[in-house]
Amino acid sequence: MENEINKSQFIGKSSRDVFGKVLVELAEKDQRVVAVTADLSGSVRMVEFKKRFPERFFNFGIAEQNMMGASAGLAITGKIPYTSTYAVFASMRAGEQARTDIAYNKLPVRICATHSGISFGVGGATHQSLEDIGIFRNMPGMTVLVPADGVETAAILRSTLALRGPVYVRLGRFIEKTVYEKEFKYTISKADILQEGKDIAILACGGLVGHALDAADLLKANGIDAGVVNVSTIKPIDKETIIKVAESTGAILTVEEHNVINGLGSAVAEVIAEAGSEVRFKRHGILDVFTTSGPYEDLLAYYFLDAEGIAETVQNFLV
Amino acid sequence: MSGKDVKNLKHIANEIRRDVIRTARDCAEGVHIGGSLSLAEVYAVLFFFVAQLDTNNPKWTDRDRIILSKGHGNVGFSAAMARRGFFPLEELKNFDKLNAMLSMHVDKHRMPGVEISSGSLGHGLPIAVGAAIGGKLDQAKWHVYCILGDGEMMEGSNWEALMSGAHYKLDNLTAIIDRNMYSIDGPTEEVMSLEPLADKIRDFGWQLIEVDGNDVEQLLDAFNRTNDTGKPKLILANTIKGKGVSFLEGKASSHFAQFNQEDADRALAEVE
Repeated sequence: MENEINKSQFIGKSSRDVFGKVLVELAEKDQRVVAVTADLSGSVRMVEFKKRFPERFFNFGIAEQNMMGASAGLAITGKIPYTSTYAVFASMRAGEQARTDIAYNKLPVRICATHSGISFGVGGATHQSLEDIGIFRNMPGMTVLVPADGVETAAILRSTLALRGPVYVRLGRFIEKTVYEKEFKYTISKADILQEGKDIAILACGGLVGHALDAADLLKANGIDAGVVNVSTIKPIDKETIIKVAESTGAILTVEEHNVINGLGSAVAEVIAEAGSEVRFKRHGILDVFTTSGPYEDLLAYYFLDAEGIAETVQNFLV
Repeated sequence: MSGKDVKNLKHIANEIRRDVIRTARDCAEGVHIGGSLSLAEVYAVLFFFVAQLDTNNPKWTDRDRIILSKGHGNVGFSAAMARRGFFPLEELKNFDKLNAMLSMHVDKHRMPGVEISSGSLGHGLPIAVGAAIGGKLDQAKWHVYCILGDGEMMEGSNWEALMSGAHYKLDNLTAIIDRNMYSIDGPTEEVMSLEPLADKIRDFGWQLIEVDGNDVEQLLDAFNRTNDTGKPKLILANTIKGKGVSFLEGKASSHFAQFNQEDADRALAEVE
């Protein structure tokens, strides 16, 4: 009974659904919070916010550059904008406004983009986002956060309220596999070792963390002891934990719903290369191709990003 | 406003021009001279008559917000700010030097009293729209002023911002377009037609006032007119690029230039 009470209300909810809920909670707590979108209030789950705080909700229509620039303008007047559209548009259509208006000016805009990775599977390459982590982590002063599930999304969003600078929060579309059951206080830049392993450490982020955990179970049946680390802060990255697991396992596989160029894998590679860690290393993700269309689950399997695909990738790597 | 005010503002405009000319002589690689000379009267009227500012407390809560969208107008903007008292005029002598306070594009981290860094075109008006919405939320008395170049009206983001300014009924916002008729490559109407610019902006739902932007009295009248209820205002300031220096006036080449001593002396002699 007590355990049930400790369980989060956000278990089994998608990161974007939790975004909608927590955004209302943050707005109740802090008058400065405003919600900003570009004709996607339903998709990015701002409908409840709009109902509760209509005077603090701003829709800029299908005009993402203006949405991002106006968010900077709201921030210079002391507001804390939570700005949302699809990740592909936040990072590219409005990428320069995010960089120049928000990051360069060190403004506290929270860019919370949904439909990241291949989560908008049937939308195809125009609506999938495989570059956004790379783009945002390249902006000086930008914090980059990728929650693994609904519960971590709540923890991460709550942690953003007091942050001084800009932040990019990468959200999905469908319900992520459950990684966390209890609510917790998120510490930015702390990677979470979910499970120790002797043979390899799988470093994952976002919705693929749950798949990596399942992959570790499959691998165990085949005699491979795989650890799983949730690297939900891509920037500033937790060098200490990465070096520690690199040295304790001697093998790292990064797993992300992003191009293998310039995402989590690249960030981890930078850390271990500069530390001189002696470790076998492989990046797994989308292998520098424009992805095809299809239901999300089918796409995950197609690109070897579901539990079976990740397990197979580990086995081939360790041979 | 008295005749004395007008005379004084005309004088300040020419002082700004002289600062710009001297900086074109002293700087490292040249300055965006034409588009600062065209704006001298706008800068003078805005900083010395219209905007409520406190140079001793640049972050004064109730200050009017001035957003320079054409960030390359910084040489004249800096001269106006220095003369208004935000920082010493001597800073202009270091224009574009390593880590100097003043450089090609406006930078809020280095310049006291600047609301936002800019330089990439088509960014200022969206920011001004956001700031005006913020002001409305706080029921603030302050006003937002945004200075744009005419060339940057080729950027789609400005038209997004025009739409939203009217949509959100931002009558606490005034934009000024420096309509000097040139972008880098030549006359705007040859590079990419903007006309009929006034009609387009009016059709986007803004209160449009067209003036001779190098005429202090016309500018004062335009700024002093209160916004129509529920409408953002746009002052289309018809100016002359390079205004005041005969060998620059109305030439595309006046966009960016460095002066030798002789050119600077000739130019200074013309601007009295």
